[in-house]
Amino acid sequence: MSLAHGAAAGMGGIRTAGDLVARMQLTRKMRIAEAKAYVADKLTLGVEELSDVTVMREVREDYDIGIVTSVPGCAKGIKAKMHIAELLDVNINSVNRMKERT
Amino acid sequence: MVSYPTRMGDGHPISMTRDQLMADIIAGSEHAADRGDIPTLDEGECDHLLGLFMNPARVVGVQPGNEIVLSHDIGTLHLTGDQANSGVGIPLSRVQAIQVHERAFAADTMELAHTDYSWKPVKPIIAMEQQELENALLSTIVPLFYGAMPNLGLYYAPDGPLGNPSDLLPKGKIKEALEAQELAVEQAVRDMVYCCGKIAEVGGDGINLDTTGAAGDADFKAALLAIEELKSKHPSTAIQVGMAGEFVLGLHGSLEYNGVRLAGLYPHQQVKLVEQAGGDIFGPVVNTDTGKSMAWNLSRAVTFVKACSEAAAIPIHVNLGMGVGGAPLFETPPIDSVSRATVAMVEIARVDGL
Repeated sequence: MSLAHGAAAGMGGIRTAGDLVARMQLTRKMRIAEAKAYVADKLTLGVEELSDVTVMREVREDYDIGIVTSVPGCAKGIKAKMHIAELLDVNINSVNRMKERT
Repeated sequence: MVSYPTRMGDGHPISMTRDQLMADIIAGSEHAADRGDIPTLDEGECDHLLGLFMNPARVVGVQPGNEIVLSHDIGTLHLTGDQANSGVGIPLSRVQAIQVHERAFAADTMELAHTDYSWKPVKPIIAMEQQELENALLSTIVPLFYGAMPNLGLYYAPDGPLGNPSDLLPKGKIKEALEAQELAVEQAVRDMVYCCGKIAEVGGDGINLDTTGAAGDADFKAALLAIEELKSKHPSTAIQVGMAGEFVLGLHGSLEYNGVRLAGLYPHQQVKLVEQAGGDIFGPVVNTDTGKSMAWNLSRAVTFVKACSEAAAIPIHVNLGMGVGGAPLFETPPIDSVSRATVAMVEIARVDGL
């Protein structure tokens, strides 16, 4: 059923900017319009481009914040989240914990 | 006369004319307005709903730019669980199930959960859950919640140490039934704070207190008190609260939070208390009536959730699935109904997520 939601209205996760917008809801309690505007500003994109997979694929590659297909050498997991924390200027608890221990 | 395919609240296919659809849309909205003392949908919103039901497409979607983010109660259990959790029984590890959601299902967020999905049984195995979450956090990108239910029912006999209010009340033992619930609040808060604190220690992005209020007003109170304490100790850990039903059942009846009686609260009132406690995301629930059409049910659900969304200062992730949020009460709800409910919740109720 989550696939139906995704097809009808989902942002697209790490195919696009869904995870980034979600982070703004979790870390700053931003409503959807504010969260999208914040992320779009950080990425210097238009809000509608955040859900466009053709735009966001290149953006995610450029910032090295993780892409949905498996490509050797691209940041994955915690490394991608380290880049996201810097890019969005947000606290990511697991990233902070990693930094404290390395 | 032209009729349009739609469904009853149990998912059974039916056909309705334009006039019948509109009559049910208006009646559903008026029902919610009367129950919740909130405004009905206006003419334009009713027309928007009517357009969704008359749309011949099997699957409908929001206009580009209106997309929202998705969170997932029960999380990994969608894939690994049995039917009790709407699961499909695939033998994956939970980290693998999270990765499948992230990389194959386009999930914006994901959730780790224990099979029992209640905080009390998580407590003795919390180290296992921390270990699994640590592994998931290292290998995935999307924000990860850890989710479970307050489930005060587990604190009552025969599963727990306290007298069962459902047994005590019919015997006229009112005082004992009330005391049992008040003690259950204390024990549940202690368990939730302990478990969620452990989740925060290993870097979890968020906590999902799901199906809150399932055991009534004491259940909701326990969640609110746990949020207060958790946010004071772990302010960077987000807390999402998903509800169990559209109004808080008054099994106790006199419990209050910040001077507000909890019994009988509807979503637009519930969200204000979650905000006061420190919650970050709220998931309202509106139940589906299987004896009514989906036009009636979706209109009713959207009316409630629109009022909630307008009252809220925090993001709203409406519960939209089998039997809630304007979806039919069926284990695998038909995609035509689900996609219409999704669009209505986003474009009329203005939710921030599902």
